[in-house]
Amino acid sequence: MTGDAAEWRPTAGLTALQRRAAMLARLRAFFAEREVLEVETPLLSAETTLDLHLEPLSSTVDAPGIAGRRMYLQTSPELAMKRLLAAGSGSIYQVCKAFRGGERGRWHNPEFTILEWYRVGWNVHRLMREVAALIETLLAGSRRLKPATHVSYADLMRRHAGIDPQEASIQALRRAVADGPSPVDTSGLDRDDLLSRLFGERVEPEFAPDRVTVVFDYPASQAAMAQLNASDPRTAERFEAYVGDIELANGYGELRDPTEQRQRLERDLTSRRGTGRPLPPVPSRFLAALESGLPPCAGVALGFDRLLGLDLGAGSIDEVVAYPMERA
Amino acid sequence: MASYNMNQVRTGLKVLENGEPNVIISCDFIKPGKGQAFTRVKMRNLLNGRVNEKTYKPGDLLEGADVIETSMQYLYADGEHWFFMNPDTYDQVEADAAALGGAEQWIKEEDVCNVTLWNGHPILVAAPNFVTREVVETDPGLKGDTSSGGSKPAKLETGAVVKVPLFIQTGESIRVDTRTGEYVSRGKT
Repeated sequence: MTGDAAEWRPTAGLTALQRRAAMLARLRAFFAEREVLEVETPLLSAETTLDLHLEPLSSTVDAPGIAGRRMYLQTSPELAMKRLLAAGSGSIYQVCKAFRGGERGRWHNPEFTILEWYRVGWNVHRLMREVAALIETLLAGSRRLKPATHVSYADLMRRHAGIDPQEASIQALRRAVADGPSPVDTSGLDRDDLLSRLFGERVEPEFAPDRVTVVFDYPASQAAMAQLNASDPRTAERFEAYVGDIELANGYGELRDPTEQRQRLERDLTSRRGTGRPLPPVPSRFLAALESGLPPCAGVALGFDRLLGLDLGAGSIDEVVAYPMERA
Repeated sequence: MASYNMNQVRTGLKVLENGEPNVIISCDFIKPGKGQAFTRVKMRNLLNGRVNEKTYKPGDLLEGADVIETSMQYLYADGEHWFFMNPDTYDQVEADAAALGGAEQWIKEEDVCNVTLWNGHPILVAAPNFVTREVVETDPGLKGDTSSGGSKPAKLETGAVVKVPLFIQTGESIRVDTRTGEYVSRGKT
């Protein structure tokens, strides 16, 4: 980059912009064929995530009837789409912008394109197969992927990190993180932070670059909005999909119990308070939708820019978005 | 010195790690969708050249190192130290053999060298990329002999030994690339 004079120019080439348009068209065809309804929900909303590891950006809206209201740019369309599901929408998808403060790097931009979809009446394993199919279909023009691998979180941690994620003591996890090739000062890191670090350092680099790897049965402590496994409640119906070490998608067998959901949100709020982070309100419209009844469903969010990056063989998100944050 | 948080670290920044000055050569932001963010930092130790990698949490801080690179004129050596002068302020510094790291075999009084100072003390001295030096010793008997690949060793006035073409004789000046230690051409006479 050659300083200020070039900053009006896009960082993505024309080819990337054309491929983005083509991939969006194929994505819409994929869901049209499967009769999943495309929807739009607000990007700017009074309710947002309380997830400890996500930082929503906010704005104040002043308009007739809405005086000085604090509104949040969505970190994903999850809350609003679940309200549609509770209202009887049936299976839906959305491709839109999402925003996450504090996230900038090779494959992160604070503003990015997210694809999120929900399958009513599906269990999580059926959705996992559809996620692999979607990735394979959208990448078919540039690379032929081998059949997807499905493997549990615990198996991967045992195999590549030598750690049993349920049984390992916190001391053993600290040691493993501190002794890694890129050591970390582990003070202030909790069990899940340590597991997450080990997974990133020891497991993700082992994923094959020529196939989708679907990781399922995450620890219950990392359930986020997934329901716990009925057969083993130490794990949750949460999965992630990768190609190589690029994390593409995160999905759940969705938690439907409003009481359990409220407890998790309160727990998140308590953790946020403890670290001095901003405290958005408890999302009451979302909880009311759950009270009224979320149909059994599975849902997933996928980073569209990263998928396009794989399609183009790009080395960073900057090669596939017209204007990353520094030029926006 | 200032401290840097993880939103401020970038390539080229000079920082202290275990009390020693390092230059950051890469930093990667790592963040799973649902999990703790980390920054993986690769840095080169400016004292010993070793590359190390460490990973930091968002709240971690790196302490800045007072490291500057500056052009200084080589004055003389006393057998133990090499003395350099800032041509603007006339301030003098003395560098040890570790900081010279081989540059001593190229440099000659009045050469302008790139000197890296940490807290004002030289930790790295780079000879000028190209120098013209007199050959003080080379074997004349090798003239015409092509069995050694057309080159022969020649000792320079500053101590370095370089391979030179067979036609170079003692007393001639040659131009050398100090980064590779290779002969470039005959020097201007």
